[in-house]
Amino acid sequence: MRRELTTSLLAVVVFTLLLGLAYPFGVWAIGQVAFKGAADGSLVHVGGKLVGSSLIGQDFSRPVLDKNGKPKKDSDGNPVTEPDPKWFQERPSQDSYNPAGTFFSNRGPNQASAVVFYKEGLSSYLALERPYDAGLTAAQVPVDAVTTSASGVDPHISQANARIQAHRIAAVRHLPLARVNQLIAQHTDGRFAGFLGEPGVNVLELNIALDKEAPLT
Amino acid sequence: MLQGWLQIAFFCAVLVACMPLVGGYMARVFAGETVGLTRIVGPLERGIYHVLRVDPARGQDWKGYAKSLMVVSLLFWIALYVILRTQTLHPFNPQGMHSGTWDVTFNTTSSFLTNTNWQYYGGETTMTYFSQMAGLAVQNFISAAVGIVVVIALIRGIVARRERSGTIGNFWQDLTRTTLYILLPLSILGAVLLMSQGVIQTFSHYLGFHGLNGTSGQLALGPVASQESIKELGTNGGGFFNANSSMPFENPNTLTNFIELFLILVIPTSLTYTYGRMVGNRRQGWAVFAAMSVMFVAAVAVVFIAEQHGAPAQHLAGVNTHAIAGSTGGNLEGKEQRFGIANSGLWAAVTTVTSCGAVNAAMESLTGIGGLVPLANLSASETIFGGVGTGLYSMLLYVILAVFIGGLMVGRTPEFLGKKIEAREIKLTGLGVLVTPMVALVATALATGTKYGAPSVYASGPQGFSESLYAYMSQANNNGSAFAGYTGYLQPNGTNVGAHGVTFADLLGGMTMMVARYLPILFVLAVAGSLVRKTVHPAGLGTMRTDNPTFVVLLIGVVILVGALTFFPALLLGPIVQGLTNQVF
Repeated sequence: MRRELTTSLLAVVVFTLLLGLAYPFGVWAIGQVAFKGAADGSLVHVGGKLVGSSLIGQDFSRPVLDKNGKPKKDSDGNPVTEPDPKWFQERPSQDSYNPAGTFFSNRGPNQASAVVFYKEGLSSYLALERPYDAGLTAAQVPVDAVTTSASGVDPHISQANARIQAHRIAAVRHLPLARVNQLIAQHTDGRFAGFLGEPGVNVLELNIALDKEAPLT
Repeated sequence: MLQGWLQIAFFCAVLVACMPLVGGYMARVFAGETVGLTRIVGPLERGIYHVLRVDPARGQDWKGYAKSLMVVSLLFWIALYVILRTQTLHPFNPQGMHSGTWDVTFNTTSSFLTNTNWQYYGGETTMTYFSQMAGLAVQNFISAAVGIVVVIALIRGIVARRERSGTIGNFWQDLTRTTLYILLPLSILGAVLLMSQGVIQTFSHYLGFHGLNGTSGQLALGPVASQESIKELGTNGGGFFNANSSMPFENPNTLTNFIELFLILVIPTSLTYTYGRMVGNRRQGWAVFAAMSVMFVAAVAVVFIAEQHGAPAQHLAGVNTHAIAGSTGGNLEGKEQRFGIANSGLWAAVTTVTSCGAVNAAMESLTGIGGLVPLANLSASETIFGGVGTGLYSMLLYVILAVFIGGLMVGRTPEFLGKKIEAREIKLTGLGVLVTPMVALVATALATGTKYGAPSVYASGPQGFSESLYAYMSQANNNGSAFAGYTGYLQPNGTNVGAHGVTFADLLGGMTMMVARYLPILFVLAVAGSLVRKTVHPAGLGTMRTDNPTFVVLLIGVVILVGALTFFPALLLGPIVQGLTNQVF
């Protein structure tokens, strides 16, 4: 038994050093040499400042102002926000697009509260987009626009979702609709090798490109 | 939908194509042969034997083998618990994390030791980089290796020709060779591929940023790629991030998704080929593989179709869940756009037939019937590919059971690969088969029948019951995926300060995982020890064959029968009620 314990104790030490330290540091070293940008988080800088990661979806809302021009707060003291019309909007997020504290919405398929959530999501989506696209019906709203993603920081929206929002962006930024759709196409991550996965429009990259092309002051 | 079926078919084809290569290689590793890697890894292997002071040539009988396994597991348990409870002393703790509470740490430690990786904790808000690397990821390797060595020992027991010494191999040699020749090289390869696609590997502190609209945020970082790779390869499933493989830093695009799915299944599928090679009849391996595949494909098909249909709550709210131009449609709640319905459905099936438990979509947000699939897979007790090693030994127990039942039907002494299956083996097999379902049901009953389970439940109605059932079925099967509304840990902020565990759920879950892991292992090793001493009889005309389609059908029947008889009443109360109705609760 004593021998068994000694061997086991040594095994704990040896394997922890090998698998717990040598392995991750080895992988890190390979990453720093071969894929530094990717291994460091695909960081995106604008004007020398870090604005996020191209892999991580982020918030594109703006604060709602009260009558005195001050940020409005809800009953819990949290600032009230609304989608900022000058940006393409991400999918809804259950964790306020926080990549440092992710969790699932755990919204069940038959939950009464889910019906309320989807109804609200649908009507606020229509309220935002219809002024710019009068013919828009609820049936045209793709499902990704009203459901929360898994990670809460899904960087993509569907092409259908982006094409609806294009009407608003074209109007607000005074760009031809065709040009906006062109930008959407340029920032769509297609299926891998043409058939794996689903195409998605990278919202952060698209918004950065928009701001470069038609900045608003 | 065609697009989706095409992707699923392609994935399965790639997997099957790699089986002979990987499976054959593993057979050579366990036969102690010199392989291509020996030149690089050989010195390290001999160095480890030297440090551990073990003689790899000295065989162990099943009791010796079991003793080594249990003692080293116990010491690893203690080491992990200590690591997780001393986080404030750690190097590589840029976020200044404190330790978790004792109860949730008990759960987490048991979870990683048993290849479960159930997560009551959130990775990026509770764990130091040191805990993730030197604590959790080490267990991702070791628990996987333990599963694999047990099935190899069982196969040796099956093929041995009346081995009087009762030797089923040397545990230390098997553990070392599995780690050095199989898990580590494949993990390095996987990690490098994942990194090239954007999975992060850095020791930087979390980075603050100001988004385009001016709001500030924080990017959680860490050594993810090295952990992601072994997490899938070892069918572990514990995410570096709380949102697991849906988080883009763990799984940024459809190629990484494909690689990760491949890593999850490559060892469990290839081991069936290894088995065929080791018993000297590849058809035996293919027969087991065929039985597993039929159930797997059925599971994938059901979950894909169910999710494409959309959820009742979405229909009632007037959301269009049909595919339209530029959108896949379907139930995208809790799913990522880049994976869509097909790859999320495929993943949900892959992660629950194996004991992986990593998720790229929220299981709790699956539709009723879609959510039934993971639960049904869990009812099969890891026989459909299962965890690395664990899956094959669980299935081999069912093979012995099927041989026994077949033998009773034709009225002959049951024989399996020339060995008589007698009372002792059948008793041990029966126990081995029944431990997991029994533990799952008893734990669920304790959690739902007493008031102590209530604080963990999130949703109302049948969904709440499904959460509890899923939690204990998942932990008993050492799976680790969850209807994640079920909670055992409450965290007011991101560094564990002020957190407290739900002691009942933490302890019950921890015990469930350990009992359902180690008891079957002991039964399996005992079966190996019993078979190893038996004489091999030549097959006669009356011998029931275990490598033909008839046997495959019988085997599937036995698996489904045991699973259905055990779990059907419980499943009725949760997912089936939800799947059969459009009502909301």
